[in-house]
Formats: sequence, structure tokens, C-alpha cells
Amino acid sequence: MTDQSSSRTDPPKARGAIPGLLKGLAATARTLGRPTHTAEYPDAQPHLPPRTRGVIALLEENCTNCMLCSRECPDWCIYIDSHKETLPATTEGGRERQRNVLDRFAIDFSLCMYCGICIEVCPFDALHWSPEFEYAEVDVLDLLHEKSRLGQWMTTVPPPPALDPNSAEPQEITAANKPARKAPEARP
Amino acid sequence: MLEVVLRSVSVLIVFLTLPLLVGQTEHKVMAHMQGRLGPMYAGGFHGWAQLVADAAKFIQKEDIVPRAADRWVFKIAPGVALVPYLVALSVIPLSASVVGADAPASALFVLAASAVGILGLLMAGWSSANKYALLGGMRAAAQLLSYELPLVLSVASVALAAGTVSLTGIADAWSPLWLVWQLPGAFVFLIAAVAELQRPPFDMPIADSEIVMGAFTEYSGLRFAFFLLSEYAGIVVMSLLFAVLFLGGWHGPFSDSLGPLWTILKGYGIAILIIWIRVAWPRLREDQLQRLAWLVLVPLALAQLALTAGWVVLSS
Repeated sequence: MTDQSSSRTDPPKARGAIPGLLKGLAATARTLGRPTHTAEYPDAQPHLPPRTRGVIALLEENCTNCMLCSRECPDWCIYIDSHKETLPATTEGGRERQRNVLDRFAIDFSLCMYCGICIEVCPFDALHWSPEFEYAEVDVLDLLHEKSRLGQWMTTVPPPPALDPNSAEPQEITAANKPARKAPEARP
Repeated sequence: MLEVVLRSVSVLIVFLTLPLLVGQTEHKVMAHMQGRLGPMYAGGFHGWAQLVADAAKFIQKEDIVPRAADRWVFKIAPGVALVPYLVALSVIPLSASVVGADAPASALFVLAASAVGILGLLMAGWSSANKYALLGGMRAAAQLLSYELPLVLSVASVALAAGTVSLTGIADAWSPLWLVWQLPGAFVFLIAAVAELQRPPFDMPIADSEIVMGAFTEYSGLRFAFFLLSEYAGIVVMSLLFAVLFLGGWHGPFSDSLGPLWTILKGYGIAILIIWIRVAWPRLREDQLQRLAWLVLVPLALAQLALTAGWVVLSS
């Protein structure tokens, strides 16, 4: 500690330019002998980390048209249209059921800032990060992708990374492992 | 007559191929020294045709002459920068017999011819009607003038040692002992040659971070390519000259049959050294540059000259 502070205050020793020049030559020669760091991207695919934010994929079956993602989006770049459909009763004298039908789900990637809030906020895991990144377009208007395209990206979504060793169990497993509630004792 | 034409054409072919070889080497060596790969696509195999592709690109570019420029001077400046190296290359021997034109005072001729290249830069800088170009041209003139002296002095030392100003004669008189007692002269020659070529660390005249591109600022297309070609042709000329003067040119095993190959191989080694220096060292400031020339190189060259003169007098 004291050595560091003293060397910082001392003026650099005047040794001329030669050692520095030799050092430069040595450094470049060493680098010449080592393999390069270049990732030859179009020829070789990059190794992306599992949580790469490439593009947002939509699992349409999970979407309930709750509009949470659309409303939370800071850029308002998610467009959702839906309508309600009435299903006839399945049994005689039963009640008619209503369900939401998704007409349109589109994300404008020319506006999206990849904050991931829509994915965080989705209560039914309908939105996922995909590491896919090769979806550049010549025209910026072509970056508005409809649900068919968003659904295609689902196949590229990697499985969630494994938990860290010694980490707490996920909530679902904790809940499932809880002992069942005891049946109330019969009164005498 | 036919022989003259043949010799001229073969010199021209060498003049057009060796600079490309050096340029490609620079692309690749510099890239790998910086942990990159360099060109990989042009031509298929490791980008061997990158400079051909570059030339094709330069030819397609618009040839712009600024309105305020001195048109005539502006247009011929690249030629004035390029042709002297072609002339110089024609008298550099690859072996005792393989030489474009065997002039009796070829060492003087090479120095005189390559010094004309300064004019091209000055013309380019002055005629561009651009302050950066003017600054670059002036810096180039100051630098080339001050480094011409150590260059000439170190060549004079070798010529004195050999007792001739013919490059063929100098290389014939060469012995391995020269590597030791002409070492200071060789060092001075190498540094002065890099400075003459205005290559980093002596690229003050084109210092792109302060004066855009110096004298080349207003040039585009083929004329700019000519300036680039003259830089690489300059490396070829200086490297071959170094190989002939200080490394004995075609001396080596099987020099009877492989003589020219030895000269080219030694010159290629020097070219790689010049590239290495470019990659490794930072640019000198204008005052440091003049200081190095006048306070280090000129005295060193004079001392070498005195040493050589003493040796010659004592041994004869």
C-alpha cells in the first residue's frame, strides 16, 4: 500500500525512450504470435449468453389479452386488438361462456428499447426473450412484426438457465412440497 | 532497343507487384499484431486480392479537383510523387546481373531520384488551396529535407567502405563484418528511410488526427491511390536499398543461382520491420522529429563516416 502511494508521487525515472520502444515492439510481436480475437460472425455464429435480449417472442396460447404488457410498455410499441367470443354451453342447460380472442398482437421493433418490462409484467409467461438478432430490415417500417412472426421466434427461446447451487427452491416447488392441510378432526 | 524495352517492362512489372505484396503484408501483419484477422474475403483465400479490390474501388471514384486549386499542378502532383520511385527502382540491382539499368553511380542516382518525390508532396500541398494540405506539405518538406542529410551520410559511409558509388560494386564489396562496423550507419539509414517515407512514427506530415490527411486531403480516386502506391513503392525501394547496401544483397548460400531471391528476401524482411515499427510506435511530435534528425541521426552518421574513413585509411 505504501509502495503504491510513494511510486505515484515520485517522478518517473528518466530512462530515455528506448525501454518503452522495445516494450512496444515486444507487445506487438507477442500479439502477432497469439491467435486473434476476431469472431468471424457471418461465417461463424456468435456464442450468446443465455439471457441475451435479442428479440421478444410471443407464445400466443398463453396470452389472455390482458393488455398489461401494452400498457406498461414505455414506448407504447405493443399493439393488441381482441374481441370477446361467446361459446355455447357444452352441457344441456349449462351457462354460456365468454372468452377473449386475440386478433392482433404486434411489436414495433423500431420503437422498442428492449427494456423487457413487457416480459416481466406478463402474468402468464406469454412473452419471452429470444437470442435471435438477425431481423434487420431495409425499411424501418418493416420492423413492425405481427403475432405470426413473433410466434416463429418461440422456437429459438432457450430453456431457462439452471438455478445456482444452494439457491432457494422456486416458489412453485415450495408450494407443491408443502404438506397437505390436515383434515379437521371429527367431533366427539 | 528490344532489350531496353524488355528491361523497362520488367522493372514496371516489379514496380507494380512488389508494392502490392508489401501492402498486403502490411494489412495482414498489422492486423495480427493488433489481434485482428485483416482482410479475409477478397479473392477467396485470406483476402489475398484485397488491394486489387481497393484499386478497382479507387478507379470508380470521382476525381475531384477543388475549384480554387491550381489545376495543372494539382493534377500532376501524384505522378511527380510516384515516378521517382519507379526511376529509383530501375537502378537497384537484385543481383550482379539482374538489374534494370546498371548505372555507374547508381547509389547517388537512387538518392537523387527518390528525393524528387518531395516535390510531388509540396506541389500537392501547395496547389490544393487547403490549409491542412498546405500545413502537411510544409511539414513534409521540412521533414524530408532534414532526414535527407543522415540518409545521404549513411550511404556515403557505405560507399566509402566499398570504394565505389555503384550499388552493384557496394554489394560486391560487402562482407559479413559490415553488419558490425556499419551498424550505426544501418540504424541511421533505416530510421531516416522510415522518415523519408513519412510512415508512422514519422507521419507528422499526414497526421490524420490533426491535419486531416496533410497534402493528400483534397485528393480522391485514382490520384489518391497513386499517392498510396508511391508510399508502398517507397517502402520497396528503401527496403531493397537497405538490403543491397547493408545486408549484402545477393550474398548468401547458392548466390550464383538464388542471388535475386536473396535480395528480395532481405528486402522483404526490412519491409516487415518497417511495418512492425509502424504498428508498435507512437507518432513523433514535430519538434521531437527535428530533434531526432539533427541531434541524434546526423551526429551518429557523421561518427560512422569518420569511423569508416579511419578504417579505410588504416587498412589500405
